[in-house]
Amino acid sequence: MIVGGPGRAGAVTEKRPWTYYALATLFTVYMAFLYGPMVVIYVLSFQGENGGVTFPMVGTSVTWFQQILQPGQMANIPVSFSRSVSLAAVVSALTVVFSVAAGLGFRRKFPGSGVVFYLAVASLVMPSLLVGFGIGLGFQFLGLEPGLFTSALGAQLTWTLPFGLFAMFAVVNRFNRSWEEAAKDLGASAFQRLRYVTLPILLPGILGVAMGAFTLSYDEYARTTLTIGSKNTLPLEIYALISSATSPTLFAIGTLTTGGSFLVIGLTLVLVMRMQRRRTLASMKAG
Amino acid sequence: MSTTASMGSLKVPTAGQRFSLPRLRLPLWAISWLQVGPIAFILTVLFAAPTLLFLVVSFFDYDRTGIYPAFILDNYKDLICSPSTLRVYISSLKFAIIVWGITLFLGLSVAHFLVFHIRNGMVRTVLFLACAIPFWTSGIIRTIAWIPFLGRNGAFNQMLMGMGVTSKPLDFLLFSDFAVIVTYVHLFTLLMIGPIANSLSKIDRALIEAAIDAGASRLQIMVNVIIPLSKTGIALGSLLVFTQVMGDYFVVKSMSGGQSASVVSMLSTEITAMQYPPASANAMVLVVFVAIMVAFMMRVVDVRKELVK
Repeated sequence: MIVGGPGRAGAVTEKRPWTYYALATLFTVYMAFLYGPMVVIYVLSFQGENGGVTFPMVGTSVTWFQQILQPGQMANIPVSFSRSVSLAAVVSALTVVFSVAAGLGFRRKFPGSGVVFYLAVASLVMPSLLVGFGIGLGFQFLGLEPGLFTSALGAQLTWTLPFGLFAMFAVVNRFNRSWEEAAKDLGASAFQRLRYVTLPILLPGILGVAMGAFTLSYDEYARTTLTIGSKNTLPLEIYALISSATSPTLFAIGTLTTGGSFLVIGLTLVLVMRMQRRRTLASMKAG
Repeated sequence: MSTTASMGSLKVPTAGQRFSLPRLRLPLWAISWLQVGPIAFILTVLFAAPTLLFLVVSFFDYDRTGIYPAFILDNYKDLICSPSTLRVYISSLKFAIIVWGITLFLGLSVAHFLVFHIRNGMVRTVLFLACAIPFWTSGIIRTIAWIPFLGRNGAFNQMLMGMGVTSKPLDFLLFSDFAVIVTYVHLFTLLMIGPIANSLSKIDRALIEAAIDAGASRLQIMVNVIIPLSKTGIALGSLLVFTQVMGDYFVVKSMSGGQSASVVSMLSTEITAMQYPPASANAMVLVVFVAIMVAFMMRVVDVRKELVK
């Protein structure tokens, strides 16, 4: 375990305990387990034109990547992708605004806070398909047409809002209220405190909520399937592809997604590091 | 925390009088409700109301052409008397418990390794991201990815035969309970790592050093210091993994080769057949079942007290 945690002078030179090696081995095995099948699909996405979804490889090609771009009979990947991304963007924005507000609201005790808390827990643990089923049924009873930005958006919010709220609890818990109080003592108005103190300090956590909500929405399948109406999002198109004809196109989508994720994460890391550097520089100037 | 908060609230009127125009001052509880209101409203309309709706529909009558408002208990009677119901619940519960055990062990070990053993902050961030990146790929694709990996001619069998562990391919790997469990663990371990790592990183290192100084062994520190202090994360992770497994139908359908069913796959068959009243009854039973399990977990660990401070 830890004999002197990080940040303690001299800790770096300390001898590693045996548990370090045991856990490092376990972590390596877990990584192999996590990426093993992923690597297989990356390789198979370059399957030859006559190859199938399993080994052996019959030559190599980029046919399956080209297939993604062509709207096929079974599925239209580019259109469903743009639907998924726009839905995920809206879900992410709403989740950030509402869950940050609620996270701040929960810092005081107020009548009814328990009810809202357990409502969020219940919404989080409700089997996904049932949420979609309930909303779909409701729309049917009200005679409304299900749609991307009505029922599907609503169904996804029942999952991302509790997630955002719980993430905000973790973020807000680490926030030291004396900073706000210092700002108040210096005469900052409520808006100024929020704009110049609270939000900048919470920003990394808020970015985390935004990214998390985007991912949850982009991948969401079970809540969306009964609430989407006729225009499919990407996961639903993928599902349709699986049940019709399996081809390495699926794997090509997986490879592209992973490439895209690496890109987004890389850009975010650069952004965060630049932000930190600017902050350090500013504090040096101030000091 | 509570003393500083009350001190802060005492100062509000003075600050307001000095620096802003006289205007309507809302009581603090009303401000909280304004902030929490949107979430409360959305969850009430889109979660609580639909749940009540299928509670009502579960008592309706139906035939091949439609559903009819009524108050009958037949849907529940049929469900409870059917032998497949119990079988499916036991099967889902079995998967949930096995997967919970494995992901808890993995999640605790990985989170512990990343939080306590990796000393460089940048390395820790990169390793965390390495755990999270596969999560960005659609769960459907990640499920299907196991087929070429575990199949007869799959990568894993080739590797085993290459190393001389077996002479012929292993058949039980794919389309079996084994495949279902492996896929669940692959999909859901991150849900355990995240909350536990969050709890672990909040533990004051001085407590652990105090335990060392008092002569505690590694095991004692783990059992008496670290696990009790990370119980909120463990509870949240368990909640997520357990309910995800209970709510799944895609993995069971595609990885068990039709040998196993889950509660929700049974339900989705009924929904596809437009048999809404029995599907609603089935959904109600599942909701009550999950609610009991969650309430039990919340009794063991008071998540609310730990989270909302």
